[in-house]
Amino acid sequence: MTIQITRQLDARGLTCPMPIVKTAQAMRELAAGEVLEVLATDAGSVKDFAAWSRTTGNPLVESSVDGSVFRFVLRKA
Amino acid sequence: MNRTLAIGLFSGTDDRLNAAAVLIAGAAALGRPVHVFLQYWALAAFRGAIIDEDHGLAPEAGAAGADAVHRLARLGQASWAETLRQAKEIGQVEIQACSLSMDLFELEADDLDPLVDGVEGVTAFWLAASDADVLFI
Repeated sequence: MTIQITRQLDARGLTCPMPIVKTAQAMRELAAGEVLEVLATDAGSVKDFAAWSRTTGNPLVESSVDGSVFRFVLRKA
Repeated sequence: MNRTLAIGLFSGTDDRLNAAAVLIAGAAALGRPVHVFLQYWALAAFRGAIIDEDHGLAPEAGAAGADAVHRLARLGQASWAETLRQAKEIGQVEIQACSLSMDLFELEADDLDPLVDGVEGVTAFWLAASDADVLFI
């Protein structure tokens, strides 16, 4: 089953904490059940996105890496 | 995890203010309320007329450290003031000026950047910091 992406956020090139700040901002604008895809290059983002998901309760449904680019898919709780 | 983060922010150099802004923005993104108390050199850096100027670096930076900091800035890293503006957009971040430090620099509320929400004394800070995690930077 492919996940329907509602919105995309390109956070490539942004330094910590901006990928998470922009993600929090974008997620506020989504309705429950909608899905955000984020691309980031910040090396800390794998742990940061997992921690943000766990703390805020918005599930991280995908986390992958392609070369130096990390991809995260979050569903709004 | 909604425990408040209370910060006594004393340092007025760009590196230390940026480190504080990173901690504040991270906490705000996690939904934690943040209460910042601006003292001494930190308050001086929040004057509206100079907030976006160069505030120098801590002595331990040295020449090589300064080069590293300036390289990231050239690559488009957000300034600490911009990071704080965005932190306030996404979360509950209250920034208060220490009244003693206002007297120290003979400042009026109008002299401060709009990032600053008001002026308070230390007792009000500790009330806001009840049951909070407290940092001093």
